[in-house]
Order: sequence, then structure tokens, then C-alpha cells
Amino acid sequence: MSTATVAAPAKKASLFGKKEQKFMKDPLWDTNPITLQVLGICSALAVTSTLKPALVMCISVIVVLCGSNVIISLMRNMIPSKIRIIIMLAVVSTLVTLVDQLLKAYMFELSKELSVFVGLIITNCIVLGRAEAFALANKPWPSFLDGLGNGLGYSIILVLVAIGREIFGNGSLMGFRVIPQFLYEIGYVNAGLMILPPGAFILLGLIIWIQKTFSKTVED
Amino acid sequence: MIVELISIATKAIFIENILLASFLGMCSFLAVSKKVDTAVGLGLAVIFVLTVTTPMNWLINEYLLADGALAWAGLPKVNLSFLQFICYISTIAAMVQIVEMVMDKFTPSLYQSLGIFLPLIAVNCAILGTSLFMGTKGYNFTESTVYGFSSGIGWLMAIVAMAAIRTKLRYSNIPKGLRGLGITMLITGLMALGFMSFIGITL
Repeated sequence: MSTATVAAPAKKASLFGKKEQKFMKDPLWDTNPITLQVLGICSALAVTSTLKPALVMCISVIVVLCGSNVIISLMRNMIPSKIRIIIMLAVVSTLVTLVDQLLKAYMFELSKELSVFVGLIITNCIVLGRAEAFALANKPWPSFLDGLGNGLGYSIILVLVAIGREIFGNGSLMGFRVIPQFLYEIGYVNAGLMILPPGAFILLGLIIWIQKTFSKTVED
Repeated sequence: MIVELISIATKAIFIENILLASFLGMCSFLAVSKKVDTAVGLGLAVIFVLTVTTPMNWLINEYLLADGALAWAGLPKVNLSFLQFICYISTIAAMVQIVEMVMDKFTPSLYQSLGIFLPLIAVNCAILGTSLFMGTKGYNFTESTVYGFSSGIGWLMAIVAMAAIRTKLRYSNIPKGLRGLGITMLITGLMALGFMSFIGITL
């Protein structure tokens, strides 16, 4: 599922050595979770019709990802490998429940808009993918950085897709109008397709194309 | 009654296709859609798991978790709905484990070819998503069984169509950066566009 290599735990416990920085920087672009590891695409598309829910989703995913990576990494020597998936699911769903309750308490409108997609962070492949591929074999601090890096890498793509969809679909950004009025007067029309599901697929396809052209990775 | 159920089924299969309209189950969709027969196998497994877990989760929600659901046990004020996620996912994980064992016993070749993706059905968003959507749509027991089953059919249809297209795609000359994931996303977009033509059909 994941193509990222599992790095050996750092020998010296330096907090921001070269290796630690690499854990965080690599997933931002070179091994981006969405475009190159093909993880967590579901939510990347569903919540990106405008920027605001996308940002809230990014923050929730980062929190859950860091939390689950640290907890699973702390328990890595105690988890029997046969039932590890269920244990991971239990840890992740507890964290997601916390995030969901917080959102419901403080951002009720937004949590209505995100509806089931907060709950679906549980089955977001990024969280389980990173727990399986990294946290089970590494110490808590590198795992935390890995979670943070992958969460940010996920956020970059999410924000790009959301900006594209909101500008072209609604002519606005964060709810503020950015396409000037005179353009509408000379006949510019919002591309309604961008708000609809096909627009999301096509836009993400194009972003992946651009990203792969720059990073020169070729798939068969 | 029958008409209502047919309408729910058509809606779940075509109009609100779980994959093409709600984006659920993309990961395994992208990973397993390279060959038609594995795609069919996984699709059938997903249909089975969905048909069993959706009504099961409905029962759990109705009689254990929802606000006031424990009234039958003499606890009308208890609201356990915050346990929803963790209960749903445990049901699903247990169900998938059972499917895995049954498949290993009776269809070993299919079990081999699905490999890692069988346990991953547990983390397929389509399964959890259907259970969660069933809650927001307020279906009753029969309706949610039909909804689960037809969501599975919709998913099977999408993944088999995709696998067929990708088999053909192997003979075409695609720009380098677009190969693999990129072109697959673009084609999925076009498929979603096709399925959108069902919008507006009412039964």
C-alpha cells in the first residue's frame, strides 16, 4: 500500500538532526501521501468544494495522525502482530471521536457541513498506512514528526484542490469574492462543474500530473 | 413499500453512487482496479460485507447507542452516541475477519489474488461511510439493508468499469507524468460525469 521505506530509528536522540528533518520534509513533496503514496484520497475530494471545511479537515487529520502515530509507537512492543489492525482502529477511532466531539462543541455549523467525513478519518488510509508502515517500527519522536510531515503533505494537496475548486466554481475564496465584478459583466461564468464531484477528480488528476512531471516519477 | 425500496436502490446505485458521488472507497478502487477478475472478486466481497454490516450497525445504533435507545433496559436518559465510531468500526473489523476466514476456506484462489486488500476492506471508507450515511438519512431496518446492498452494487459497477478501461489503457500512449494515478483520476472524473446524467430521475 505504501511505497515509503521504513527508516531505522535514529541512534542518537537529537531532536532536530538531519534524519529528523528528513522525516518531516520528505512527505511534504517527495513522498507526498496523496499523490505518490496514494493514501487518503477519499476525503481529499469530498471536503474540498470550498476552502474553509478543507482547512478544518486538514487540522483534524494532522491532530489525529500525530496522536495515533505517537500512541501506536509507544505501544509498538506490546501489540501482537495478528490483531494489530483492530488495535490501531481502536486507537484511531478514539482520537477521531475526541476531534468530532470538539468540533461539535465549538464549530457546530462546520461540523454539520463536514457531516460524516470527520468520522471517516478513521478509515482514512493515511492514518493507518503511516501507523503500519512507520509508527510500528519507530520511536515516538520520529513517529510524531512523520505524522506531522504526512499531515502537512496531505494538507498541501487538499488546500490546492480546495483553492482551485472554490475560485473556479464559486469565484470566491474563504467566502470572499475574488473574481472582480466586471469580469462577470463581460460574460465570465463560474464553472459549476468544479463544485460537482467530476470537477474534483479532474482537478486532482491535473495536480498529480503537474507534481509527477516536476518530481520525474513514472508509473507503468 | 416495494416502490420505495426500489427508489432507494436506484438512488444508491446510480444517482448517489458511493464512489463517484461521495468519493468513498477510493483507495482500494485505485489499487485493485488493474485486472477485471480481481476487481469483481473485491467488489463481491464489498457487497457482502456492506449487506451484513449496514443492518447490523443499524441495530446497534437503534438499540444501544442512539439518544434514549437504552429505554428497553430501563435507562431512558442514557445517550451513548459518542461511542458510534468505535462500535461501528469494531463490527466492521469483526465482519471482515469472518469473510476472510470463509474465503480462505472455500475460495483459496480468490483469497490469494486479493491478498492484502481483503483485510483492508475493514478500512475501506465505503463500508464505514455507508453505515454513517444510513444514520444521517434516517432509514429503517429494511431500508438500510437495501441501501447497504445497493451501495455495494454501485461500488462493484464502478470498480469493474474502471478495471476494464485500465486494461485497454495499457495499449495507449500516455504522457509520462500522467501515467498511473493521474490518468486514473481523470478517467474517474469522466465516469462521474457520466453517472451525473442520472440526476433528476425519480421513481
